Amino acid sequence: MPLTQEEIKGLQKKAWEIRRAIVETTYTCGGSHIGGSLSQTDVLVALYYKYLKVDPGRPEWEDRDRFILSKGHGGIGWASVLGDKGYFDKALLKDFNKTGSPFGMHLDSLKVKGCDASTGSLGHGLAIACGLALGARLRGKDYRTYVMMGDGELCEGTVWEAAILCAHHKLDNLTAFVDRNGFMIDGPTESITTLEPIDAKFKAFGWETLDADGHDFASIGAAIEKAQAVKGRPTVIICATVKGKCVDLMEAQAPWHYGGLNSDLRDQALACIDAHYKSLLG
Amino acid sequence: MAEGMTWSVTDGDKLTQAEVYGEVLSQLGDRYPDIVALTADLATSTKIGRFGKKYPERFINVGIAENSMFGMAAGLALAGLRPVVSTFAAFTSLRSAEQVRTDICYQNLNVKIISTHAGISFGQAGSTHHCTEDLAVMRSFANMTVIVPADGLETGNAVAAAMEWPGPVYIRVGRGFEPPVNKTQDYGYAIGKAITMHDGKDVTIIACGVGVLQAVRAAEVLGKQGLSARVINMHTIKPIDRDAIMQAVRETRRIITVEDHSTMGGLGSAVAEVIVEGGKACAFRKLGVPDCYAIVGYPEDLYHHYGFDADGIVATVGELMRLEIEEDEDWEDEA
Repeated sequence: MPLTQEEIKGLQKKAWEIRRAIVETTYTCGGSHIGGSLSQTDVLVALYYKYLKVDPGRPEWEDRDRFILSKGHGGIGWASVLGDKGYFDKALLKDFNKTGSPFGMHLDSLKVKGCDASTGSLGHGLAIACGLALGARLRGKDYRTYVMMGDGELCEGTVWEAAILCAHHKLDNLTAFVDRNGFMIDGPTESITTLEPIDAKFKAFGWETLDADGHDFASIGAAIEKAQAVKGRPTVIICATVKGKCVDLMEAQAPWHYGGLNSDLRDQALACIDAHYKSLLG
Repeated sequence: MAEGMTWSVTDGDKLTQAEVYGEVLSQLGDRYPDIVALTADLATSTKIGRFGKKYPERFINVGIAENSMFGMAAGLALAGLRPVVSTFAAFTSLRSAEQVRTDICYQNLNVKIISTHAGISFGQAGSTHHCTEDLAVMRSFANMTVIVPADGLETGNAVAAAMEWPGPVYIRVGRGFEPPVNKTQDYGYAIGKAITMHDGKDVTIIACGVGVLQAVRAAEVLGKQGLSARVINMHTIKPIDRDAIMQAVRETRRIITVEDHSTMGGLGSAVAEVIVEGGKACAFRKLGVPDCYAIVGYPEDLYHHYGFDADGIVATVGELMRLEIEEDEDWEDEA
């Protein structure tokens, strides 16, 4: 069922809160992968507040849907969502990156409740997701496995190894997202290593491919629902996103892959985010 | 099947380590319905395919894609299964080192890895298929247990014991055409507990894998020369049996390590760390492959070439016996 206008408004409000949390935590922690955390936010919000079958009170629940952030550097954004969902006291995020904190830039599944797999080294998540999805079949479980990759991550050969295996095993219980924000650390992806045509590549590997506007909940929701109905093959949803989304000074700016915020920049960023959502939500 | 044992093989002393492994794993399949076996196009070579024949629904051959295989194993373990993964040691520890370390060990997952064709036991294949670095790599991974069984029966024991041992385990075996050192499987094998194969007071030879056979042979030769050599089978490299090492230092004052691995980073280095931290002086030599890429050849020729067969051990013992070891009654003041 398509998302209702009311649901979409609810998700937009949630994305507003999460983007604010990312900025606030970036300010307190000294620096973060803020650009990619802002680009991935709407897909994560759609998953955690609408589609994932999870229970924050039972993070080890066997039948829960799994989510793997293969682009593990988006950890500050993922932790902002997990904290808001109640997997842990979100006040703990004030210690993000601090010595002895459970939260580093790349989340540790043994320390962060709700984090289904430790990630950070790119090109690992899809194979882990493949194992989780195959494991569901072997154990007769009907949970779904979702994995989000960065676009620059697609340079890694292991992504394509795993893509072959997901298709071979006809893992229709697995949905991958590509956060297609167009940038890797050193600049635009296509100027460094050509990745396009991404959809044709996945198609050739035996995947169902869908496009979505990664900042439009109606589009994200429609794609996820289509993916859930696909039989006999895995689906990748290529999400067109903007790195640094909602913060004007960061949008599509390669240097904001990683950065810190002083109080002036924090206030500017929050003002941008607030203006965006006030205009959107009226 | 002997009482308390979970597996048995006929003519186990005539089978290679991998053959015993494949058989034992397939016998453990009923006891552990959560075992999922994975390999990367080496079902026959590693013998994990025997499990696959018996339990095809729990067997995954990923093709030639080791990195994804170890990532998938992590995912299967996260899904509550008990993955057992086999490929050649060179691919596990070098090509897929990061997946083993980051996906499996970092998350302390219940993945058992049995790697074959380790050391220079696949001598004719050349350096791309030799693996004289895996123990150095694997023992540096936190949470990893590292086991080097001496022969086929011990491989069976190690595989069965690994199933009851928490967290990731790395078991490395050679190509294994050498005769066994154990006559039966029932000798009280336990992970982390060294086995004295031969007692002695003049020198201690601490060995693992095929080195144990060489050490036992050397001890026989030395016995005829009037020298009493202790042989310790240090099948578990991590956690290592510190007490057995320090007892040998105190009682024999001369230690030689023997392994089919680089002399840098493997058993020899692990034993040296214990001795140095123990603060007791002794004469010490490491035998294995020196800091080089090994020449091509039959394994037994290569073991001789690099001086870690029985001849090389006997020669090294002779060298150590010519050293003057200072007698010291008061050990307590040395640390």
